[in-house]
Amino acid sequence: MPTASLPSNHSHRSRHRDLGLTDVEYELILAVLGRHPNDLELAMFSLMWSEHCSYKHSKRLLRRLPTEGPHVLLGPGENAGAVDVGDGLAVAFKVESHNHPSAVEPFQGAATGVGGILRDVFAVGARPIAILDSLRFGEPAASERSRYLLERAVAGIGHYGNSIGVATVGGEIYFDQAYEQNCLINAMCLGLAPHGRLIRSAAVGPGNVLVLLGALTGRDGIGGASVLASAEFGEGDADKRPSVQIGDPFTEKKLLECCLELLEDDLLVSLQDLGAAGLTSASAEMASKGGLGLDLDVGRVPLREPGMEPFEVMVSESQERMLCVVTPDLVPDVIAVCDRWEVLCTEIGAVTDNGRLRVLDGAEVVGDLPVAALVDECPMYNLEPEAPIVSLYPSPAPVLGGGETPAEVLLALLGSPNLASRRPVFEQYDCIVGSRTVRRPDAADAAVLELPGGAALAISIDGNGRRVACDPRAGAAEAVYECSANLACVGAEPLGLTNCLNFGNPEKPHVAWQLVEAVEGLARACEALGVPVVGGNVSLYNEAPTGPILPTPVVGMVGRLPDASRAGQIGFTNDGDAIALVGPFAPSLTGSELAKLRGAAPAGDLPVMEPGAVREAHATVRDAVCAGALSSAHDIAEGGLAVALAECCVAGGIGARLKVRIDDWVRELFGEAPGCAFVVSGAEEVLGPLGRVIGRVGGDTLVIPGALEVAVSELRAVRDNGLLQYASSAVWSE
Amino acid sequence: MKFGIVRFPGSCDDVDALLAAQRVGEAVMLWHADSDLQGVDAVIVPGGFSYGDYLRAGAIARFAPMMEEVAEFARDGGLVLGICNGFQVLCEAGLLPGALLPNISLRFVCRQVRLDVMSEYSPFTRACPLGEPLSIPVKHTTGRYYAPEHGLADTQVLLRYAPGENPNGSDRDIAGVCNESGNVFGLMPHPEHAVDPLTGSSDGLAIFESIRAHVADRVVA
Repeated sequence: MPTASLPSNHSHRSRHRDLGLTDVEYELILAVLGRHPNDLELAMFSLMWSEHCSYKHSKRLLRRLPTEGPHVLLGPGENAGAVDVGDGLAVAFKVESHNHPSAVEPFQGAATGVGGILRDVFAVGARPIAILDSLRFGEPAASERSRYLLERAVAGIGHYGNSIGVATVGGEIYFDQAYEQNCLINAMCLGLAPHGRLIRSAAVGPGNVLVLLGALTGRDGIGGASVLASAEFGEGDADKRPSVQIGDPFTEKKLLECCLELLEDDLLVSLQDLGAAGLTSASAEMASKGGLGLDLDVGRVPLREPGMEPFEVMVSESQERMLCVVTPDLVPDVIAVCDRWEVLCTEIGAVTDNGRLRVLDGAEVVGDLPVAALVDECPMYNLEPEAPIVSLYPSPAPVLGGGETPAEVLLALLGSPNLASRRPVFEQYDCIVGSRTVRRPDAADAAVLELPGGAALAISIDGNGRRVACDPRAGAAEAVYECSANLACVGAEPLGLTNCLNFGNPEKPHVAWQLVEAVEGLARACEALGVPVVGGNVSLYNEAPTGPILPTPVVGMVGRLPDASRAGQIGFTNDGDAIALVGPFAPSLTGSELAKLRGAAPAGDLPVMEPGAVREAHATVRDAVCAGALSSAHDIAEGGLAVALAECCVAGGIGARLKVRIDDWVRELFGEAPGCAFVVSGAEEVLGPLGRVIGRVGGDTLVIPGALEVAVSELRAVRDNGLLQYASSAVWSE
Repeated sequence: MKFGIVRFPGSCDDVDALLAAQRVGEAVMLWHADSDLQGVDAVIVPGGFSYGDYLRAGAIARFAPMMEEVAEFARDGGLVLGICNGFQVLCEAGLLPGALLPNISLRFVCRQVRLDVMSEYSPFTRACPLGEPLSIPVKHTTGRYYAPEHGLADTQVLLRYAPGENPNGSDRDIAGVCNESGNVFGLMPHPEHAVDPLTGSSDGLAIFESIRAHVADRVVA
């Protein structure tokens, strides 16, 4: 059918703007097509050319990140990256944001964030085995909205992860007023697969059948990628609620088991999950990667409600759906497996060799676009970075005046929402399903999951927006160092990482500068430690009328340790053990939690770490843990040395006494330099060669001579209550 | 001895139960839609969210064809163990007294708890060390046990949460109950997640050992 006869609408001049396309972009579409797109085609362009799908402001920048390494099996571009973990097994993983939907409707937003990242992982053929979350909210003490978002987002994550039977093994939460209007919900998933089961998403073989699996398609989430994810927040966001999808973990559980069985039986040629921009994005991506075309009949897509227009079917973000390519002879076998799992399975089209994405409604062609135009022709934008002269962020209200004793400062830090025990949150997550969890939350700096054969995986997720705001390059590098340090504490060597870049509006020069600097910092740290980036996600436009969020690159790192039974842990254990400080330790108050409690804006230079020394310190701790030489290992992060010691005491239920002289207690005890230095305990003769022995384990108080003496029971009580007081303040009924 | 683990759509701890049972004997999966018990000596109804726990936890699973076989197996004196969602299913199926209500916190709770063993003779607890509490995790939203005073004899309570450990507001700290004949047992804690010190505890193994010992005695008799 000639394209000239497609229903066309010439009043696009205003419509493309409503859909988030600029006038220049629309002109480009006209040039590429040689005609006006019809409404369906315009909707497809608006999604594929949105920031969320096209990465048009970040793609050039992301090329800076190192993506190659000896263990990499799948790199960026697939649904999830994957690395080799030995014994013929691969680990696939990815972190992704669901920030904007969660700010509008936290329960479903967070739940479907988990659902989406799970699909990304089983889309490459891996069985999801772990979830981690990185969450940011406004100040809980000051903001009822932030307490509500925390409560409901945590409930949503638990609802999805618990119900589908994938362990939530770790994560992090920070509170800052900069996230008040725009919370961050980043979810990371990790899956396990034999090498042979890994599958790509590229469409293969003209004549092969396109099969849609899973849930019915409804009107939910229409335009989510362009409306929610690619624009700033403003007034009237409640109206955007219909753009948030609704999750059904039971449907996804069946879909997950069904897809893995289909792959186990070798029935699929390619597999792709349906996420943002639904069928449009999934089909365009599959066709583009395969260098082929697709015919897709919207009339065959099973619908949840009658009367849906073709464009609605193509852009719907209904959850729990997958698209796969099957050779015609195997379709009956695919249907049989789907029937057994009670998963809907529908032939909706075919692979073609014409490089076009044709949308049919029965016999009628309702859209016909070159795949390359949708996927490759989207204009890429250069950022125009400009360093700000003063901090973009106001000073927080001071909690501490400055006249406190060291003990008072320590207790204030331990009880602050950013450092207090996460138990009220992680107890709402099933962290043990799957029978692999060797280190549960709070037991060690990284989660540890046993692999078949006795080795183990270690996973950590980290990012400190306050420090990145001070110095984006150094702060972003610290996130990489911190994750690697966390892995070292359990004895694991890094294999790869995934990242989620949460930033404000990149069209603004100061935000662009944060983004450019942070990516440079990430790249250099990855190169220094030899850890490749195997995938990730970019979330921009995280802004409210009050300004951008703190620049928040979140890093999720996966490593391997040879012997699960020797996984390190955090708590001091043996009365009489020596305590040593390992690694370069140059603490400073800039960007520290104490600086925040004292009302300082996030500004100033961070200490610059020599990457070689960082790498060496990590190797020292890692090797000692692997050798079974240490009783405990913990990296010195937020809150500095004193907080790290207190955490080791509380975890182990035993005290400690330092025997070193403290000259400048504010800086030495509470200054920060994350990801570089460690507190370890063990026999003195073992620790001597590793670092500087600074004290001894024992008693029931933490004693730092000349500075403080606090009972472990008091440390624990304060730390336990810090978040609990906000997390249990309200019960919101679903 | 051979365990059978019933697998529903939405079961999550089915493989965990299979692996735990395999530490003491043979174990096979029993598909919810089938009607063949495959000659198993004991049945485990595992944890998870069978059929999404829609309507009410365990309410739909009781109608599965396999559950009819399990009910008949129980009536004939076969050993049936229901863990978490499995406990909910067995209550819904009328094989166990009482019901599981939403936790008093209205939240999901995942936590290691200590349990007091109330009977040393039950087929499900006979291998438990006398007088020593078991450390076993719970993880559920709907685990607050309730039974009318007269609907449950004290002897049917096989496990209680140790003092101060009740995670969900269960009536009389009840963590696990059996039927009047003693051959059907349901508990909210997850013994299958306490079979290896590496992953937290091995105290749950005693439940599986008890079943194995009971079946072995019965075969000898």
